[in-house]
Order: sequence, then C-alpha cells, then structure tokens
Amino acid sequence: MTAPVSELQSEACIELKGVSRSFGKNVANDKVDLVVRKGSVHAVVGENGAGKSTLMKIAYGQIRADEGSIRIKGRDMPIAKHTPMKAIDLGVGMVHQHFMLVPPLSVVENVVLGREPLKGMVLDLETAAAELRALSEKYGLHVDPSAIVETLSVGEQQRVEIIKVLWQGCDILILDEPTAVLTPLEVDQLFDVLRGLVAEGVAVVMITHKLDEVVALADDITVMRRGKVVDTLDGKGASVESIAHAMVGRSVLLQVEKEPANPGDAVLVVKELSALGQTGLPALKRVSVTVRAGEILGVAGVEGNGQSELQECIVGLRKPTGGSVVVQGNNWAGKSVAARYASGLAHVPEDRHARAIVLDFSIEDNLILGRHREFSKGPFIDRAARAAEAAARIKEADIRPADPETLAGTMSGGNQQKIVIARELNRPANAILICAQPTRGVDIGAIELIHKQVIAARDAGLAVLLFSAELAELQSLSDNLIVLYGGEVALRMDAKELAEDGARAKIGVAMTGATAGQETA
Amino acid sequence: MSDVFGVVFSVYFLGQLVRTAAPYILAALGGTISERSGVVNIALEGKLLVGAFCCAVGAIETGSATVGAICGILGGMAVGWLYGLAVLRFGADQIVSGVAINLLALGLTRYLLKLFYGSTANSPPAPGFGDRVWTNVLFYAVIALVFAFQFGLQRTRFGLRLRAVGEHPEAGETLGVSVLGIRWAAVLIAGGVAGLGGAWLALDNEAFVANMSGGRGYIALAAVIMGAWRPKYVALACLLFASAGALQGVLQVEDVPVPRELIQSLPYILTMVAMAGLIGRSRAPASLGKPHERS
Amino acid sequence: MRKGGNELFLQVYGVAVALLVAMAAGSVLILVFGQSPANVYGVLLVETWGDSHGIGQTLLKSTPLIFTGLSVALAFRAGLFNIGCEGQLLVGSFACALMGSALPESTPALLAVPLAILVAGMAGGALGAIPGALRAYTGSHEVINTIMLNFIASAAVLWAGNRFFFVEETTHTADIISSAELPSLGIAGSALNWSFVLALACAGLFWVFMDRSRRGFELRAVGLSPLAAENAGIDVRRSIVVAMTLSGAMAGLVGANFVLGYKHYFEEGLGSGTGFMGIAVALLGRNNPIGIVVAALLFGTLSNGGLEVNGFVPKELIEVLQAVIILAVAITTATTQRALAKGGAS
Repeated sequence: MTAPVSELQSEACIELKGVSRSFGKNVANDKVDLVVRKGSVHAVVGENGAGKSTLMKIAYGQIRADEGSIRIKGRDMPIAKHTPMKAIDLGVGMVHQHFMLVPPLSVVENVVLGREPLKGMVLDLETAAAELRALSEKYGLHVDPSAIVETLSVGEQQRVEIIKVLWQGCDILILDEPTAVLTPLEVDQLFDVLRGLVAEGVAVVMITHKLDEVVALADDITVMRRGKVVDTLDGKGASVESIAHAMVGRSVLLQVEKEPANPGDAVLVVKELSALGQTGLPALKRVSVTVRAGEILGVAGVEGNGQSELQECIVGLRKPTGGSVVVQGNNWAGKSVAARYASGLAHVPEDRHARAIVLDFSIEDNLILGRHREFSKGPFIDRAARAAEAAARIKEADIRPADPETLAGTMSGGNQQKIVIARELNRPANAILICAQPTRGVDIGAIELIHKQVIAARDAGLAVLLFSAELAELQSLSDNLIVLYGGEVALRMDAKELAEDGARAKIGVAMTGATAGQETA
Repeated sequence: MSDVFGVVFSVYFLGQLVRTAAPYILAALGGTISERSGVVNIALEGKLLVGAFCCAVGAIETGSATVGAICGILGGMAVGWLYGLAVLRFGADQIVSGVAINLLALGLTRYLLKLFYGSTANSPPAPGFGDRVWTNVLFYAVIALVFAFQFGLQRTRFGLRLRAVGEHPEAGETLGVSVLGIRWAAVLIAGGVAGLGGAWLALDNEAFVANMSGGRGYIALAAVIMGAWRPKYVALACLLFASAGALQGVLQVEDVPVPRELIQSLPYILTMVAMAGLIGRSRAPASLGKPHERS
Repeated sequence: MRKGGNELFLQVYGVAVALLVAMAAGSVLILVFGQSPANVYGVLLVETWGDSHGIGQTLLKSTPLIFTGLSVALAFRAGLFNIGCEGQLLVGSFACALMGSALPESTPALLAVPLAILVAGMAGGALGAIPGALRAYTGSHEVINTIMLNFIASAAVLWAGNRFFFVEETTHTADIISSAELPSLGIAGSALNWSFVLALACAGLFWVFMDRSRRGFELRAVGLSPLAAENAGIDVRRSIVVAMTLSGAMAGLVGANFVLGYKHYFEEGLGSGTGFMGIAVALLGRNNPIGIVVAALLFGTLSNGGLEVNGFVPKELIEVLQAVIILAVAITTATTQRALAKGGAS
C-alpha cells in the first residue's frame, strides 16, 4: 500500500516493500511497506512491541531483514548486505532511543567515530570541531565539541546525536522515541530544530507512541500494530482519536469502572522528603504526600523528575537526606527493605525484567520471591505451600502457560506482570501498594485485568500510590493526583478537579514546570 | 640507611630496574590494549611462557637471538589467536578461557621441552643478550612501545575506535565500526607484545626454564589495573612492582628484617587496595568481559 | 518452556564434543612423541579403572576435585567467580595440619577429626570472605582479588611455615596426632580415605542447600538477578559474603583429604593445581552436584593416569589434555547457549 499522494509530489527517499523479520517465534515485522518522502516528517506510530524500531533499524541496516526489499534514494539495497555504513553513505542517519554515544569520549570524538578525518596518521579533531560549531550555529543545536559526553544532560546528549548525524552529511534522519526523555520545553526546542531541518529538504522519520506529538508535527503517518501496517494517514487533519482508533481498532480512552473512593485513615505519610539522585544531584526536594487507606493517589510527570527516587525512598532502596516516611504511624527510617515488606509494603516496580522478577526462575519461585520467608519451614522452603500458592494464583489470574515450572523469561509481558501483581497484592500484611508503570509493555487484554485488580485492591482498603507515564491511565484510575516536576510537587488535584474538563490541560502544564514552586492547595 | 638511598638511586639500580621490569611492561601493554577493547586478558601468563619458549627454540635452532625474538612474538600471537578463536569467534567465557590457556601453555611448553631437548626443566643454553643488555635494540624498543601505545590510543583512528568499542560496542557498531575486527586486532597485538616480553625473559636468561614466567603475567595484569588501563601509568606500575624485587635484594643486604615473602606479595596487596578504591577509583572499560552479539 | 530435554541433550552433546576434541589433540601430541595413542589411552584406562588399586587411587585423586568443584560451583550459582581455591585450600590445609599436630595426643578421634575439619573449613572460609566483602562493599571484582590472594596466601603460608611451623630442614609441618587421622578405606593398598565419603556428603549438602533451603533460594536469586533480589528485600551484600565464605570453606576442606587422610602433615606445594581444576570440574559438571562428582572422577582419572603413562609420554600430556578439555567445554558451552537462545522464545 503506497502513501497517500500529497499536493507537492515529493520524491521517495526510503522505500520498504514486504519487509519481514522474526526473532525466534516473535514476528517483529510482517510484510511491511513504507514510503518516506523527501522534505517531510513521517511518523511511525504504534504501541510498545508493534515493530516500529525493528523496521527502521532494518532501513538503517543495523538489523538484517528476513525478506523484502529496501530502496534508498532510488538505489536498491540487497538486504543481506545492508549495513549502517552503507546507509550513512547514502545519507540515512539514525538517532536511537538509547543513545549510541560513548560516555567517556568527547563530543567531537563521538561524532567522528567511524568516519574519522585524518592528518597523515593522526586524527584531525580540530577541523571536525570547527565544522561542528558551524552546524551548531546553523541549526540551533548548541553543543561544546570538547565536552565529555557523560557530563552532558540527556537533552544535550540528544543534540550531540543529531549533530553527529548531520555532520555525517545525512539528509534523512530517523529518530527513535526522541521525546521519551525530554522535558516539555526540550520537546518544543527539538520540534523547532526538526522543522528547520525539514525546511531545508531533510526527511525526518519519527518513531513514537506519543500521539499528540504526531499530530503537531507529522506530514505522513504509518500506523503499526503487532508487526503489520494497519493504516497510513495524512498528517493534516489527523487527530489523536483518529490515530488511536487506527492503532487499536477501538477507542483507547479506557474508562475503568469504579465506585467513588471511600478513604479511611492516612496510611502513608511522606513529609518533606529530600534525596539525592543517581548523579549525586538533588532529585527530591522536600516532597510531602499522603495516601489514605482505600484511595489511589496518582503521580504524574515526565520520567526523571524524582519519581524513581520517591519510590526508592519508600521501598527502602535509597536513603533520604531529609524528611520522613511514616507508614501506619511507624517511621520507616533505617528499616531494611525486607522489614518494610513485613510491615505492610507491596511493590510493583517499573522495571519488570530487572527488578520485579527473576527471568530464570519459574512461576512458582517468582511468586514467592521476596515472600520466601512466608513459605519456609525452618531453614527450608516449604515446597507444598509453594505449590499450593502457585496453583491458586495461576488459576485466579489466568496466568499462561499454566505450568508452575514455566520459566518467567519465556512468558509474555502481560503474564509476567500478572505474576508480579498476584504476588504483591496477596501479601498478608498489606497496607500500602507502590505501583509503577503497571501496564507498560502489556497487551490490551491484560491491561484491563490489571486495572481491575488495582481498583479491587483499593476497594479492599489498600492505599495505592500509582506512578504512570500514561495520563489516560492516571486519570481513569486515580482518586487524587499529584504532578512531580524537578523533584517537587508542582500540582495537587483532588477527585473533583480531576473529573473537570480542563484537568488534562492543567496537568500537562504542571508537567512542564510552569507552575513549579507554587503548590496549589 | 643513607647507603640504601645511595644504592637505590644509582644508575645501576635504575638499569636493573628496567631490565627486570621489561617483561612486565611488555605483557602489561598487551593486557592494556586487549582490555581497552573490552576483552579480559587473564592469559598474559601463558603468552609470556609461550613467547619465552618459542624464542629459546628459535634462538637455539638458528643461533640468532634476533630470530629468537621474532619467534617469541609469533608464539605470543599464536596464543592470542587461540584465545581470540575461543572468545571472539565462539563467545566462550573470557576468564575460563584465559585460565585454560595458561594451563595449556604450562603443560605444552614442558611437553615440547621434553620432546625437543629431553628435559622437563631446562633447555640447552640459547643465544641471548649476553653483555649487551643496555645497548641492544629491545631495550629501547620497550621504552618506545610505551609511548607508541599511549599515543596510538589517544591520537590515531584505530585507537579511537578501540576505546569506543571497549566502552560502548553497540555505538561503534551503529557507526559501522567492526567490533569483532577491532577486538581481534587488539588480541593479536596483545599476544605479540606479550610474546616479546616472554622473549625478553628467555634472552635475559639465555635459556628456557620450565614455568619461567613465574607469575609475571598476573603481576602484569595487576599493573594494568593499577595503571587504570592507561599505558604510561601501567608502565609506571610495572616499574613499581619490579622495584619490589630489587628493593628486597637491597634490604637483605642491609639486614632489615622484612620478610622476603611480604615484599614479594606487595604487588598483589597493592593491587587489591587499588581495586577497592582506596587509591582513587579506577574505572575499567565498560564493556570489559561481555561478549558481543551481532544483531 | 521448562528446562527441557532439548537443553539437556545439547549440554551433554557439548561435553561429548569437547572430550572428543581433547582426545584428538592428545593423540596428535602422543604421535609426535612417537607413541601410539591407542596404546597410551589404553594404559591410562587400564591403570586407573582396571584394578582395585587403580580405582582407589583414582578416587583419591578425585576427592579434592569434588571439594574445589563444589566450591567454584557454589560461587558461580551466586553470580561470583572464585578463582581463589588454590589459596583457600592452602590455608585450609595448613590450618588443619597445625590444629592436628597441636592437639594433645590423648584427644579422642571423635573430637580431633571434626575439630581439624572445622578449622580447615574456617580458614578457607576466612580467606574467601575477604574477596567476598570487597565485592559486596566496594564493588571490587572478585576475579582479580582471588587471583591476588592466591599468591598472598601462598607467600604467607610459606613464611609462617618456614618461620615457625615447618620441621627443621624440611618444608612440611609436624605430623598430626594419630587420632586426628582419617582412616584409609582400605581399598587394595590405595591411599583412598574417608575424606572421599566426606566429599560425597558435601555434594549432597550442596544440593540440599542450593535447591531446598531458603538461603540457597536467596543466593540463586542474587546470582541470577541481583537487582530483583535487592528489590525483593534480599540482603545482596550479605549473600555475596556468605557465598564466598562458604565457597572458600568448601575449598579449605581439601585439607581433610591431603592432611588428615593422606600425608598426615602439610607440605609445600600441596594440592597445586587443584584449585584451577575445580573451575574445570564445575564447568563440566554444570554447577550441579552429580555433574561435579562425575567431572571430578574424569579429571581424577586423568590425573592418576598421568602418573601411569609417564613411561611412554611425559605426564605433562595430562595437563595439556585437561587444559584442552576446559577450553573446549568453554567453547561448546557458549555455542550451545547461542543455539538455545536463537531457537527459543524472544
């Protein structure tokens, strides 16, 4: 299926036809067609796991396609021989989601890597640095060529990635989830840069799942789902709803059914909590939060504004530099992680694979991970009790495959998350649930189930602190909401305000830091 | 005690120092370049040993020390090739493979020693440095190599790519740098240089003695860590470690009651202390030890 | 998929291929020496398994390998690499010999033997705890630290021996008291002793600990995913130290064989190479107790056989064979893992 013809007949600079690629049993791309026009912004959208990254990495030559054809600027690229070197030679550059920068090297060293200019036998970095400064000026991408990359902020590093691609002489830019780690201000800056590039005839391919950005920027839109192209849309006239509809085939604004909350006493009281982040800089600045029994408090905000540190301080993985965490009247300062679980903590971490489960453990072992003392008889694991627990949870949550000895690493994201939630929600002493990104990487069917379980837990009297990057999820699940920006609470909203029409806009504004420093009552 | 200082700072002592340190420096340079590209190098001991053996055999058979040295380099490269085969081509665990190669070198050199010369302890006398320790090419080559490696890493295209591959191989790959190609080159160079170190041992001793590397490969590895994977500091660390042995000799003369074993253990203790971060945090290349998979 | 037949087959296949490669390499060396591989391998097998004496000696040689294999495997399962068995078994054996010779002659065997064994384990464990603590609290990698400690321990033991404990003009300690001796199993005059039974018991304990105990569960979690373990409230640091200590203790128990059961004193150069072989045994045995015992028997066979074939080819052939086996198994392990990863689910 070819792209819709727009008024200005732009020539195609990338043409993919019938491209397929599988990883073992997982079909990442299934006979995909895609055409990118010169001087346009082409958005490739879809949920996590739709195959967008894989597809563009194939176009870039980083992943080998199993079948199909690739044509760049009219030149046929045999799929077995396509490499990033060839792609760059033809002017295709890629900025990956996880930056491909070498942290201890300088900006200019990173930029020239692979195409180093030489003066005789020696690297000629001075000339390259001068060229970088010129490019910086031209496109508004300010970077210092001699800076060491690991000292740069995320936004600056992204600029380095873009300048790298431009220095290589590319006029087709592929950006993989470029705004995932940017503040709203940086997103605007990026879009200005992109518009400037497009005006010069550069083609930009943007892989994203953020629909509002697509609407703001894209000329052409390709929608992917489960490895296939399901629709191609014209950027003009597209709306978030129309794209979402194409993505999932039905309205994506899931409205979860829930009764109004009936909150009881305060369970979690976080007072003036301060903490340093991974880099040693302050990440939490005197944050105060209260969650009562039987209510869900949502935490909104762009990733990197203190959410992780807040979770870690409550769970016990990070020591705060000031303030207190009090649960059910007990100050948890100095308490070990294990002791906190025993005192009423339940935790669904955001990084499932790294933190929530052991991929090489079976379902039944993962179900008792962190609760293994409950299932012990003396120094030994109580195998009968473990088996009984596994049987019960598998049935209750419909975990598939149902064999308790199945290795977690072979299961789908949704089923893995079911294990985690089953384990955490069934702790005997539960009082407070810290739940982060519960539906990330989970397919739609499991999402509804997980939402229901969280609501049910709330109704049973649990206090829930919910962190999520999906505003829709937060709005539909939360009873109250706060927005974190720069380590501070930028906004507080109660249930009434959340239900109002302009709530989303208010939240969005708070996420940009526009209201930072002033707490709304 | 002033006598001690007098001895320590004499030119003679310094010369002795370099002479003792040379095999360490050569092996450590090999280790440095290998590890900077992300490949662990526990097999330095084996490379030294094989280099020494090949040098001795080459020198004995042809009567020429120079040929011996070249054989030493080739022998070391052969070991490097075997290591590369296991670790780069097949992705075998780098530490296990390194240990295996060290054991292999130990057994094989003694086996062949018996086969060629009928003894499992010594080879017949081989041409070596003789009296020309300070005036032969190798001596200056060692010093030159230290500077060459330092310069090469920082200012050449190969060096930049090597450093990149050692820290973030995926980044290199997206830019078309062949991660495996660079690592193969690094492993072979490491083998050659370490083999030369072994040749030095054989030439200095003017014979091959079973197990003559005597743990130097491990001290060289310690020096790589102490020197924070930077050639000039690594060379300094080697000098430091070599001085431990020389220092011991001086102290025994002066009847200072420091146990010989303590001085011998100094390099190892120092390394442990350095690694624990008590002498500044030295950071290993980020991709060290992790095998690389092409997508 | 549960760990199924597919994986088991590939692993056995990998080991078999490695053994064949080693045999081939060995054959080349034998031929170069002018002997017949069939003859040499034949002598090897016959002398090691052909009669009771041979079997006894082979099992004797295998005993320390079971200990060091279990030691390395325990550390592996916790995600750690213990290359320090050489040093740990040295201090364990040394301590064991000292305790054994320092006890009064009248000490009953029921007290003397366990005490000596305990001391062996404690000494090895103490040495193992050092790199464990360094790794847990400073992040300093245990591979280098254990290698360094091997040398330091060796130097320290020699110094202490020469200075205080060795018998005049010798490099061995005084004999242990007779009630501390582990009696021989009386197999056709071989030196096989009750430490072999101890080793098998340790293998059983290893299994119970790793697979059935709560602490073993925690160690395995730490080994497979330290972040998940930490998140689950498991004290990762303590687990690392515990694992390295237990690992060191297991290596220290080698003293029970050499000192209590065989030589009845500690001697310089005791057990040299056993630590490195432990790595091979753990690798070949896939870090599980039954595999380790089998692998230990294999390497014990080679070790004993080496002495027997010394008439035909230098016994260094055995060292070469052992090294080739380790290298080949490392390679086949990697290639089978790659094959499994490609074929399995994403």
